[in-house]
Amino acid sequence: MREITLSQAVNEAIAEEMRRDPTVFLMGEDVAEAGTPFKVLSGLVEEFGTERVIDTPIAEPGFVGLAVGAAMTGARPIVDLMFGDFIYLVMDQLCNQAAKQHYMSGGKLSVPMVLRTNMGATRRSAAQHSQSLQALVAHVPGLKVAMPSSAYEAKGLMKTAIRDNNPVVIFEDKLMYQDKAPVPEEEYLIPFGVANVKRTGTDITFIATSSMVQVAEKAAEILAAEGISAEVIDPRTIVPLDEATLLESVRKTSRAIVIDEGHQSYGVTAEIASRLNEKAFYHLDAPVLRMGAMDVPVPFSPALEDITVPTPEGVAENARKLCAGEMIHAA
Amino acid sequence: MAEAKTNSEDYLRMYTQMVRIRTFEDNANQLYLSAKMPGLTHMYSGEEAVAVGICEALTDNDRITSTHRGHGHCVAKGANFKEMFCELLGKEEGYCRGKGGSMHIADQSHGNLGANAIVGGSMGIATGSALRAKLLGQDDVTVCFFGDGATAQGLLYEVMNMAALWHLPVIYACENNGYSEYTKTEEIAAGSITARAEAFGIEAFKVDGQDVLAVNELTQKLVARCRKGEGPFFIELETYRYHGHHVGDINREYYRSKDEEKDWKENRDPIVRFRSWLVDQGIATEDEIEAMNAEIKKDATEAVAYAEAAKYPDVSEVDMHVYAD
Repeated sequence: MREITLSQAVNEAIAEEMRRDPTVFLMGEDVAEAGTPFKVLSGLVEEFGTERVIDTPIAEPGFVGLAVGAAMTGARPIVDLMFGDFIYLVMDQLCNQAAKQHYMSGGKLSVPMVLRTNMGATRRSAAQHSQSLQALVAHVPGLKVAMPSSAYEAKGLMKTAIRDNNPVVIFEDKLMYQDKAPVPEEEYLIPFGVANVKRTGTDITFIATSSMVQVAEKAAEILAAEGISAEVIDPRTIVPLDEATLLESVRKTSRAIVIDEGHQSYGVTAEIASRLNEKAFYHLDAPVLRMGAMDVPVPFSPALEDITVPTPEGVAENARKLCAGEMIHAA
Repeated sequence: MAEAKTNSEDYLRMYTQMVRIRTFEDNANQLYLSAKMPGLTHMYSGEEAVAVGICEALTDNDRITSTHRGHGHCVAKGANFKEMFCELLGKEEGYCRGKGGSMHIADQSHGNLGANAIVGGSMGIATGSALRAKLLGQDDVTVCFFGDGATAQGLLYEVMNMAALWHLPVIYACENNGYSEYTKTEEIAAGSITARAEAFGIEAFKVDGQDVLAVNELTQKLVARCRKGEGPFFIELETYRYHGHHVGDINREYYRSKDEEKDWKENRDPIVRFRSWLVDQGIATEDEIEAMNAEIKKDATEAVAYAEAAKYPDVSEVDMHVYAD
């Protein structure tokens, strides 16, 4: 199968959906000729013109608000939020307006829009361009949240998001844009709420999102050499969450570590770990462990930044302890 | 009063719609005072000529976005009393199945994209609706209602910038009732409100919001120009709210005097003014007007009684409509 980058996969998904449906359009800062700072959208304006690939002023609440209104009245906008950190700027439009329209109107209005943005530290971009804020939006009923872990997921999830009748936030890991993966030539969609078991194992389950899937897979490799068999599961969407697949795995392995690049406290890892504790407690041989980013603003210095996010070695070390029955956090 | 080029039927419908708003609000206020309505509500009484003058220049296909003080817009855009009162009381037959309430009534069948409980919260939605019209080659116009208080929100300036850049068919209708919640507007608004729109190259107008014909005449012209791609436009409508910020805001002399309220009610009431104009012009007699008023009162009383007796949504609906299929 051919291999393409995550960036090309996103681009292809959007182009295919724009060809298929004339109500789909794209807007955001520097999305047209510039194709975004990461060049993810390059070439789209040449095919679809500036009418459907719209460069906006630097006014995040404004253009996200426009997308909400366009979606409520019959279009399917994809808005590009240049950095995930800018989610803080658009919270009212996303969480008070987009997320609630369908419910507040008793099901009469809907907001079929996609907000694509990014996440991920270790790019030396410091505290306001490095955050992974998926937990913030996953907290809000009415929003769906997708977290592709490779080019294959990025394409399939994007196409599903564009066809979904709800506001969907997609977080792409900005460090993975150039990562290649096998992506079929023929069309495919990845349904929301269906986790992907990336690697099967029997001793411990790693539930990892987006960038952390690679980390978990590397940790599993390290452990395999030591005779520890780790299962790696990528939920692909955290809202909706494929609880059944996660529970099935944990009931089998009886141990789990949940890994996500958002801050650890009150985060995605906490939510998933809590559900496993509530629903698989009597199958567990060890506490479910959370591994998120440290609860600090992302520092600039590489010496500091690199230690704020989970690493394969860190995951492997914790897994060893859990499998050996050692306590990681003293009671 | 200004002359709008309409016929007797149009005039009488405008009068009826203004009285329907006033009557709706009188009943809503009573529901609050008699503790039959859950929560609070914000009365539109006194501002009827704004909603009616504007909405009578629109078709069902044209969209509006509304505010927390939104009952007037909802009635003026064509909503029924029954579904509105049901919504205010949280009943299943309400426009939003009781999930929205007073501050979120939406009536998509008449192009009302909904009231909004965030001050200025719908400015993006209105402008986005206009962007959709342009992108998809549709000729409808969107009117964005908001108050003077909302002119302090940054979102307005972000979306007016885009609307002007892209010539979107949207009309920003600023209902200046002189008060930003419990504070005089002059204390929160620097300079001129219309000049702010003009800074973006948007043609802005100031009109007497108590003169339904003046409002209607101006809106008709601007809607026609929007349909030709000449939008956006901005209108500041000078008006007055008779009640407090909400129905519970009773003792308000610390921010505005009873004399001022009396003056607006006695000398500038939009319904009284239009009624005497209709009689002067021989469009309706006093008796005919009284009969119209009585009919509206009866409709409202019946709708309130219906809503009071209507059933609440089944508890199984609580997690319905979180996501669309």
